[in-house]
Amino acid sequence: MRYGETGFNLEIDLSLGSIDRVETDPKLTELHLGGQGTADRILWDRVPAGVEPFSPENVLIFSSGLLVGTPVPGANRTVVNTFSSQTNLHAHSLLGGYFGAELKHAGYDKIVISGRSSELVYLWINNDKVEIRDASHLRGMGCQETAEQIKRDLKSEKIQVAAIGPAGENRVNMASIDHSHSSAARGVGSIMGDKRLKAIAIRGTKDLNIARPTELFEMCQNLRKSIAENPSVGDWMATDEDDSFHHNNFSWGNARVRRRDFWSKELEERWRNLKYKYMNRQTSCYNCSKVCHNVISFPGKPTFSYKCYGKDTYHMAAFQELDFSYEILGISQEYGLDSYSTPQVIAFALELYEAGILKDQDFPGMPVNVRERFFYLLEKIVRREGIGDILANGVSLAARQIGNGAEAYDHNTIKRFEQLPIKLGRLNPVYFLMLATGEKMAITQIEGSFPQDPLPTIEQRKEFVDGWVSVPNEKFKKYFMEWEKRDTISNEASCAICDWNEAMHYLDDATGICGFLSSFRGGQFGGRSAYHIHNMPPLISLSTGIKMDETLLWEVFQRNRTLVRALNVRRGMRRIDEKPPEDHWAIRDHDYEQKLLDDYYDFKGWNKDGIPTKETLDKLGLDYVSEDFLQKGILKDNEAASTEKEKEA
Amino acid sequence: MGVLTVNGGVKKRTVKEIKVNVDKCTGCRACELSCAAFHASPRYSSINPARARIRVLIYERTDLYVPVRATNYTPAECSGRQSYIIDKKEYSQCSFCGASCPSREHFKEPDSGLPLKCDMCEDEPPLSEPMCVQACTFGALTYEETLEEQGKEKEAKPEDLKIGLESLVNKYGPQKVTDAVTRMSLSRKG
Repeated sequence: MRYGETGFNLEIDLSLGSIDRVETDPKLTELHLGGQGTADRILWDRVPAGVEPFSPENVLIFSSGLLVGTPVPGANRTVVNTFSSQTNLHAHSLLGGYFGAELKHAGYDKIVISGRSSELVYLWINNDKVEIRDASHLRGMGCQETAEQIKRDLKSEKIQVAAIGPAGENRVNMASIDHSHSSAARGVGSIMGDKRLKAIAIRGTKDLNIARPTELFEMCQNLRKSIAENPSVGDWMATDEDDSFHHNNFSWGNARVRRRDFWSKELEERWRNLKYKYMNRQTSCYNCSKVCHNVISFPGKPTFSYKCYGKDTYHMAAFQELDFSYEILGISQEYGLDSYSTPQVIAFALELYEAGILKDQDFPGMPVNVRERFFYLLEKIVRREGIGDILANGVSLAARQIGNGAEAYDHNTIKRFEQLPIKLGRLNPVYFLMLATGEKMAITQIEGSFPQDPLPTIEQRKEFVDGWVSVPNEKFKKYFMEWEKRDTISNEASCAICDWNEAMHYLDDATGICGFLSSFRGGQFGGRSAYHIHNMPPLISLSTGIKMDETLLWEVFQRNRTLVRALNVRRGMRRIDEKPPEDHWAIRDHDYEQKLLDDYYDFKGWNKDGIPTKETLDKLGLDYVSEDFLQKGILKDNEAASTEKEKEA
Repeated sequence: MGVLTVNGGVKKRTVKEIKVNVDKCTGCRACELSCAAFHASPRYSSINPARARIRVLIYERTDLYVPVRATNYTPAECSGRQSYIIDKKEYSQCSFCGASCPSREHFKEPDSGLPLKCDMCEDEPPLSEPMCVQACTFGALTYEETLEEQGKEKEAKPEDLKIGLESLVNKYGPQKVTDAVTRMSLSRKG
């Protein structure tokens, strides 16, 4: 019997209309855990380097994290992986809510979707009964509207639905997949649209078996209570009204202008009143004792939910106030547009217009008022009409299509993907590494285990490290105690810290644990995360019966992270692609940055071009990757030998 | 209902109640998960909210989050289920019933289809609180025990009697009801 996971994937080929229930190999779970871990192995096996993201050969995978559906609180993430039409690289995306648990109770760990349907369809998974159904009546519908219609059609409110809106249908690169009060962004909605898959509806009523039930249940009951009481975890932005940090430090417009004195007590009071006037309630994801979703009903607009920085992006892009975000978010979410990247694309278009690169004829009938302009461009983008057809590709690709100097306005992307609009003075070496080499495409998906800034006094630092439960190794406490200035920290420490930050995110995305309880809260926000490298192994063992300890778990992270790198290397990603936005920091030192990158690659066991060496790959059990790389000439036969010689010299 | 105690000569019984504060429910469904785990055999060995005796009804767009328990207000299987058509729309009889009836589709064993019923997590030794209450960290579910005097019959209201009799007459016909009443009174006398 399989524990913690069902042991079956659902394989759907939309070109053939075929549906198969396939038993999976438990050894792969031991090597990669579940979620993104095992999904990436499928991408390696099934999607060769030459496959275009917009093609029937690309595969879209919905994976329930390994611990999702077990009693482990906050383990509710569904991970969506594919290859992104925006970056042409691996796409990493997450959904909260109830979808993953329902999938497991239907009897599946993953839904692996290949091919492309000729007509718009949706998938109806009702335990063993799985159907591809006509979705022509859902065409053009919003995400939540689609979910409601499907529940009406199937006559049950217990069904969980993940859907794309018109943005996904029209293959807009900023399209998301929405479910409940959660969205999966970063390149997956447009692929779902390309496959003509409008939605997936699930109802599951099967048991999920637990290996060592009593011990696990007791541990989880305690965790649920401690998470509820722990002020260091969850999304502060859902509950804290002081948002001076983002407004005073992040850049407004197209990641251009910092307004350092924007925040005031008067504004905070005004915005608090606005929020509580229109907030219905705060909600949780499945089996979590935090309330990270603020559900807002703004008059005349669709109800929406925001979490984290998503509430600020639209009004900061438009130089407006919170009420503008409330006005536009409901519509944008119904369209299935990601609220991180879309406002930046609109602000970019308006900048090009002001600079004379885009002309009046590019915006026929555009209103004068900036708020109305955002709505105008939202419509153009979601329908790919006129200039919207180009903007729908995202800032980086659009800048190259527009030309005529537009490239200079593409100053806040990495590997063609829009980043948070953080513009700072001095370089933070750890952040340089995370931004340059991170393959989850957004810093929020990598950072969190180590504080962003040193504390001013030794006493404060000591107090912090004394209660630092998440720290995997005493050396991190030493790094933090000795750290005085943000931009001054050894390369050795920078590499190790970057590695730890990555580790926890990769483990969360395999187990399905929410980053707000784990990776994103390991040190940056108090150091008392609910989950860390010390308590993940027993939770995995008790749930699944897999033998696990800290050393083995760290190896799983290295294996999963290296496999994602290998997927991208196979698609052509190299050192030249690994750079933060040019103006991310005002003061730069090219030689220092390159040395840092050298040291990081060396630390990871990668060659000078960022390609994992044969030795590294083989050690992690990824010898099928090294064989492939040698065969294709991506790695040379004598690579390991020459690296050793360099070290000796 | 629980244990009988004798206090100063007055018999009392413990009444267990789970109070629901709908405003505090966040839709986390930890109550469903915990209920199902507790009632699994062996205990906690499998998780399946479809087996839970509590269910959070969630309608996100209308902001409705209601934990509903499979209580004992009505018989396990309602024998009088019928459908009605009003203004061209079909309603089941259950739509008119305000009780949390265990025979409603929310509370059926997914394998057997048998009705599920909340047992307040009866166990030896008794739980300090039912599992769903223990799992609710938001205070949407709270457990209360009160002592009630035993033996006091509820006063029958004449209008209730009339409604009850009418429904029996409608179902079995006046003759059968009369026969039954006659039989009962004869047996009491005898």
